[in-house]
Amino acid sequence: MATDITMPQLGESVTEGTITKWLKQPGDSVSKYEPLCEVATDKVNAEVPATVAGTLTEIVTGEGQTVEVGEIICRVAEAGEGADHEKAPPASFAEEEPPAAGKERAKSDADAGDSSMKRRYSPAVLRLAQEHAIDLEQVEGTGKGGRITRKDIQKLIDSGEFPQTGARSEAAQKAEKKEEPQPAKTGQPAPAQQQQPDVQTEPGDKEVPLSSVRKTIAQRMVTSKHEAPHAWTMVQADVTGLVKLRGKRKEDFKKREGISLTYMPFFIKAVVDSLKEFPYLNSVWGGDRIILKKRINISIAVATEDALYVPVIKNADEKSILGLAKAVHRLAEKTRAGKLTMEDLSGGTFTVNNTGSFGSVASQPIINHPQAAIISMESIVKQPVIHDDMIAVRDLVNLCLSLDHRILDGLMAGRFLKRVKERLEAYGPDTPI
Amino acid sequence: MPVISYIEAVTQALREEMQRDERVFVLGEDVGVRGGVFRATAGLIEEFGPERVLDTPLTESAIAGVSIGASVYGMRPVAEMQFADFIMPAVNQIVSEAAKMRYRSNNSWHCPLVIRAPYGGGVHGALYHSQSVEKIFTGVPGLKIVTPSTPHDVKGLLISAIRDEDPVLFFEHKRCYRLIKGEVPEEEYTVPIGKAEVKREGTDVTVISYGLTLHFALKAAEELEKEGISVHVLDLRTLIPLDKEAVLEAVAKTGKVLIIHEDNLTGGFGGEVSAIISEQAFFELDAPVRRLAGPDVPAMPYSPPLEKEFMLNPEKVTNAIRELAEF
Amino acid sequence: MANERHDELGLSDEQVLDMYRYMLLARKIDERMWLLNRAGKIPFVISCQGQEAIQVGAAFALDRDKDWLCPYYRDLGMVLVFGQSSKDQMLSAFAKAEDPNSGGRQMPGHYGDRRFRIVSGSSPVTTQLLHAVGVALAAKMEKKDHVALTTFGEGSSNQGDFHEGLNFAGVHNLPVIFMCENNKYAISVPVEKQLAGGSVAARAQGYGMPGVQVDGNDPLNVFEAVKAAADQARRGEGPTLIEASSYRLVPHSSDDDDRTYRRAEEVEEARKKDPLVQFKAYLMDAGVMDEEKESALNKEIAQEVDEATEYAEKAPYPDPEQTHTHVYAE
Repeated sequence: MATDITMPQLGESVTEGTITKWLKQPGDSVSKYEPLCEVATDKVNAEVPATVAGTLTEIVTGEGQTVEVGEIICRVAEAGEGADHEKAPPASFAEEEPPAAGKERAKSDADAGDSSMKRRYSPAVLRLAQEHAIDLEQVEGTGKGGRITRKDIQKLIDSGEFPQTGARSEAAQKAEKKEEPQPAKTGQPAPAQQQQPDVQTEPGDKEVPLSSVRKTIAQRMVTSKHEAPHAWTMVQADVTGLVKLRGKRKEDFKKREGISLTYMPFFIKAVVDSLKEFPYLNSVWGGDRIILKKRINISIAVATEDALYVPVIKNADEKSILGLAKAVHRLAEKTRAGKLTMEDLSGGTFTVNNTGSFGSVASQPIINHPQAAIISMESIVKQPVIHDDMIAVRDLVNLCLSLDHRILDGLMAGRFLKRVKERLEAYGPDTPI
Repeated sequence: MPVISYIEAVTQALREEMQRDERVFVLGEDVGVRGGVFRATAGLIEEFGPERVLDTPLTESAIAGVSIGASVYGMRPVAEMQFADFIMPAVNQIVSEAAKMRYRSNNSWHCPLVIRAPYGGGVHGALYHSQSVEKIFTGVPGLKIVTPSTPHDVKGLLISAIRDEDPVLFFEHKRCYRLIKGEVPEEEYTVPIGKAEVKREGTDVTVISYGLTLHFALKAAEELEKEGISVHVLDLRTLIPLDKEAVLEAVAKTGKVLIIHEDNLTGGFGGEVSAIISEQAFFELDAPVRRLAGPDVPAMPYSPPLEKEFMLNPEKVTNAIRELAEF
Repeated sequence: MANERHDELGLSDEQVLDMYRYMLLARKIDERMWLLNRAGKIPFVISCQGQEAIQVGAAFALDRDKDWLCPYYRDLGMVLVFGQSSKDQMLSAFAKAEDPNSGGRQMPGHYGDRRFRIVSGSSPVTTQLLHAVGVALAAKMEKKDHVALTTFGEGSSNQGDFHEGLNFAGVHNLPVIFMCENNKYAISVPVEKQLAGGSVAARAQGYGMPGVQVDGNDPLNVFEAVKAAADQARRGEGPTLIEASSYRLVPHSSDDDDRTYRRAEEVEEARKKDPLVQFKAYLMDAGVMDEEKESALNKEIAQEVDEATEYAEKAPYPDPEQTHTHVYAE
């Protein structure tokens, strides 16, 4: 049997070689280390010697052909060897293909029935269980040793049906009556009991069960109000120039971009540019420290009939007015279509709330926890004001800011607002956008 | 988009930046007439002449120190260390000088220089042509450390590095040079330093890696998909400054994290990433953070079975991910 | 007064008087720093005493408007000539925010000043030498005719960076001047235990450049050598190594006690060749200076140093927040 001669690795990093010339032809006898062919690579050009003595029986790779290191280029029948001579092992330094990934390994049956890990809860599992008041005792785990994985919990939450520790089903309540209330078991953290205010219903009242979104909103709002000491401040900006600019550009914009030009992208741009000057406004409370966020991701409040969502414009500082307009439009569409993903909802570092869209002229927004502050843009209202010592009709807007007083003081918040105001007031009818 | 190799991406970035900015020049051992021992600078001396493609004496400290002087003056040197293993004589210049120039002069002086170095094993390079040296520098504030894994990122990041105002160590995995090919846009583009990228979306296990091992992770993820295991792969691309947000986001995806690098386990950058995760994403974790890394031996041996034992490969990575998925 | 040595070198009476003034100013600032240190007001001093002639003579031979310096930590005289003030030195000594070298980040003596093309230096020795080579390489690439001068002690001439730098500059024929300020001691180790061949200048031969030995106690001698080296560099004829011999008149630093390794008599002997004493005598002989002028100069400098000290002592420290700035471009 012939010996396979393979493409050698000629130099570090080289992965392939091209045969430029065969120095031997089939039928030629070759002695050991006699050159067989010339090979060119990115790094080196060299002659490839025979690794055995014998007769060249076959050229596998023709001149001009490029093959990977380790591939067969020719075969040599060894001199004085029997026809059934074993194939020589590949040259020890030839490139080996990394072995294919291990065979599919079905989860061993031995795992089934093992529940040694059932009560080893990971931080993520405990957190999710607390946030959603899930009774872990009643959850089946699919992890090693019956461990409840984060995915197990997430599946339950997504399904909306899970054994709760707080609000029990009627059946559970009945069952409970038969037994003594159980104290929390050792080693198992006490589940966070959701507060149940004592509210009496009267005849004619209608009870609306909480949707999971409503529950989340409720919980978030409570957390924010409970944890962050809110302070509030408001400034008024003269956006006459901006109103003119939008009036002038909106039709053309709609025609060109296919979306309406609202005030929102201008507000967001003014906020984002000012956040860069005041990084503390773009921060989160970290307990023993304040974390100044590098990315500027703007949460925007989008209301639907029954809920409020705050999707996030990622890296808002890298976007133009047009880019922001598109981002706002896309997120609003997704919200209304119910197609927001977790990705759309996470990572916000500061919130811009467009309360003006429903006619509000002042509001006290609740901070989107754990961000440092939230700004609301109120309705733009025409008002008589003193302008250049004359009474003029101008377009005014109130900018309301709620801030986490642990992170920020009024001075910095005030300076920040002043810069937002200056930026909005700087727009004129001819500002390029 | 044209498909080019990892090393061609290096050459393209150098050529285009040298065409764009006269202050950009390359220097190092054998970078001129020979075009680099790996051919990263092939063709440059013909196009830009020996003054801008400088063959230096065999002196790593001088390559770094002269680059510092030239960059302080206002040039944009791109120095090549022939192998990352040979960077050691230059460490004083890199750590004591380049890293501290801006800080120690209170922002009066700075060194916008790039030091390129091929690192990593799997090429029969043995102890002194295979090392991963990034951990020597990741603890040195003032340096930026870039470790791309694809031709697209190599080119975009090298251009960013050349334009950066601070010293950048640009580590190129030499096994990737001719093994990894990929699409690269024809038009000018950059990849920002300090931004990681999700190279694959998944829901069961998060793998955080860079360089050659990133490709092992992608290969493993393909295999594991057949088993129903969904792997999320984050390519750090830049070690310093680290994209912590991207790390935390990737952790939150699955709660199970495997960090992979070829650099030794102890003191390797995975330890830092792991510490950040436990500090800032504790309540996202569904399993202990795992590291898969080169063993704690001085360097990679020459003999093939020994080299193979040291090196990671898709199989080792697959097994580590599967174990974590089953946890 | 014609045909004095300084006339032959093309230096006017005003210029040599100015040289003396800078040497004296460097000495007085240095002495003040020791007093402040011993009074517990500043933590550290590293001295130029005994090397003022080298530093001032060399700086006068350069073009102060375009040449570059990569000095080492004793070059007080040199940075004064290039433009730094007494106040700058005291701000650095007191580590105040206004310190132009480093904003109070580095120990005194770690010069760096963008205004005057003085590249920031560090404490590990000899690293600056390669920076000067880099500056010279850039100058050559940009076809500019300025030169870079770098200085170092004789101990530093044993570091790898010395040899790498000289060789690099020699191979590429760069406009750089390497000047060794041989003050006979690397902290406690005398020159005999530092230099196997006995001479730094002799090492130039291996690197394809002239090696010149000069009397470092004479500023005119140094001026002449540096001027020749600078002219050669500007003509595109490559680098020069200069070894200027002097003597370190005080301990290595305020933390050193030189009585543990050298005899007081040896220092006394060296003081007789103090460059200030010698140059004063030269100027008197040449009729450029008299006792009256000298005492007026002393008075003026004393006042300048007093004012600088007072200013720096009262100047504000950097804000602690500054610890975190300028790691990278902001």
